[in-house]
Amino acid sequence: MDHVKEMAKAMRIDIIEEVAAAGSGHPGGSLSATDILATLYFDKMNIDPQNPRWEDRDRLILSKGHVAPALYAALAERGYFSKEALKTLRKSNSFLQGHPDMKGTPGVDMSSGSLGQGLSAANGMALAGRLDHKDYYVYVILGDGEIQEGQIWEAAMSSAHYQLDHVIAFLDFNGLQIDGKNEEVMNVKPVDEKFRSFGWDVQVIDGHDCHGISVAVDLAKQKKGKPSMIICKTVKGKGVSFMEGQAGWHGTAPNAEQTEQALRELRAI
Amino acid sequence: MNKATREAYGDALMELIDKNKDVVVLDADLSHATKTLGFSQKCPERFFNMGIAEADMIGTAAGLAACGKIPFASTFAVFATGRAFDQIRNTVCYAKLNVKIVGTHAGITVGPDGGTHEAIEDIALMRSLPNMTVIVPSDDVEARKAVLAAAEYVGPVYLRMARGASPTYHKEDYQFELGKGELVRDGDDITIVATGLMVPLALEAAERLEKEGTSVQVVNIHTIKPLDEERIVKCAKKTGKIITLEEANVYGGLGAAVCEILADQYPVPVKRIGVQDKFGKSGSSEELLREYGLTAEHVVSVAKEMMTNQISV
Repeated sequence: MDHVKEMAKAMRIDIIEEVAAAGSGHPGGSLSATDILATLYFDKMNIDPQNPRWEDRDRLILSKGHVAPALYAALAERGYFSKEALKTLRKSNSFLQGHPDMKGTPGVDMSSGSLGQGLSAANGMALAGRLDHKDYYVYVILGDGEIQEGQIWEAAMSSAHYQLDHVIAFLDFNGLQIDGKNEEVMNVKPVDEKFRSFGWDVQVIDGHDCHGISVAVDLAKQKKGKPSMIICKTVKGKGVSFMEGQAGWHGTAPNAEQTEQALRELRAI
Repeated sequence: MNKATREAYGDALMELIDKNKDVVVLDADLSHATKTLGFSQKCPERFFNMGIAEADMIGTAAGLAACGKIPFASTFAVFATGRAFDQIRNTVCYAKLNVKIVGTHAGITVGPDGGTHEAIEDIALMRSLPNMTVIVPSDDVEARKAVLAAAEYVGPVYLRMARGASPTYHKEDYQFELGKGELVRDGDDITIVATGLMVPLALEAAERLEKEGTSVQVVNIHTIKPLDEERIVKCAKKTGKIITLEEANVYGGLGAAVCEILADQYPVPVKRIGVQDKFGKSGSSEELLREYGLTAEHVVSVAKEMMTNQISV
């Protein structure tokens, strides 16, 4: 797993540089989802960066689309496009839009941005795979605030109803959303019992342990006839001391001084 | 013959079972009403009932489309375009995914179910979305061909279907051409631009006017978006007066679309007949059409008014 950890470190640096260059964006959630994305793109996913539309590839839907900087970092590090491009995030004429756009960005499997919609799309992809007798997996990353959207629960019913065992969902459970703690804004707990009662296989893991994430995916693949939810306990802003656990860093770019400090800390990991 | 456009939708889906193996069908617990039932019975592996969850249905359709399928997602027009608007906007249209949304039971001819179930705003909503194509078939022959054409076309399409049986006026060999208005009757004095079930009504009004000495041209605009601008402008140039006729809110619908084009390219007086920014209500289709002014009599009187008062706008 050393390579995955190295990649996660590189991605965190990319994220800070991207958001700083853009002057806006969502560093907090990007840093909390980094290890999940790093494990998927550098360990688990059956993909070919030279052929982003390969029909048999595994798919990933970043349902919490605002953490696009983390996805772009993973795609750039994996070779879908140059790391130079990351500096164009959110700028006019860039193919790196503020939220993922499958039309323009190699490696983005589904556009997202309006929360709550990715799980439905993942189900559709899994149904298509089943119809075509293909064995690809569809990974989807949900935010904890995002599951307040009703459509998530419509989709959760559908995944179980259609026994979509090739849907593997991650909940980036950092406990924070824009207005504060989930518990104060709109309590989502108990998420494990909720998904279990909807007919899902549920695992609860440390979302910053790449090895643990990798093992959880292997276990999820062994479950037949039901979708898998891997609840990842995470820290918003993970890796940057002054961002960790701070809802305020949900959608704010660091200034020059903060950027320098963040990069210093991340490089020292 | 009288047949509902939704029935023709069901027929077209049955044809597509063999004709196009990529076609899949989704419904939200209304397969009896939307007429997807036949497909679901004959081809259950390509049919997905999503339950009463329209947002999830559209999102699932988007995922299927992203993997090469051609999903037809059906429910009542009011739910398809209203409840799932954000899914259609952000997941289907923004990504330009090949999803076909079929809203049945559109307009006030739904009848007894009343205003909650009578979509009057669906055309305006769907028209406002970039990448979306909007089709309103005017009889069963056209509906069947429109569905087959939508399956061939790559990109998001909204098809608006009616609940009630309506007159078949197209011949079976009619050629449906996406994005092209159809001149169904030639005339010199005034043009009625109509869509959906209102086209036969326009023809009826035209015949009555003809008897009274007014020569009326009738154009069927089955594709509201992209609109056949050339045809509309040509009509304006020829007759100098236009009436639009639709079973939908005049705000944002066909009437608005025609006025937008004419304001830009060739302004002439236009009268918009349609639902005048009011919700529907319960009643029989005939009663409601009368109450909302969607009758040949009303079209005739508006046309006469335009003929006598040349600057009536």
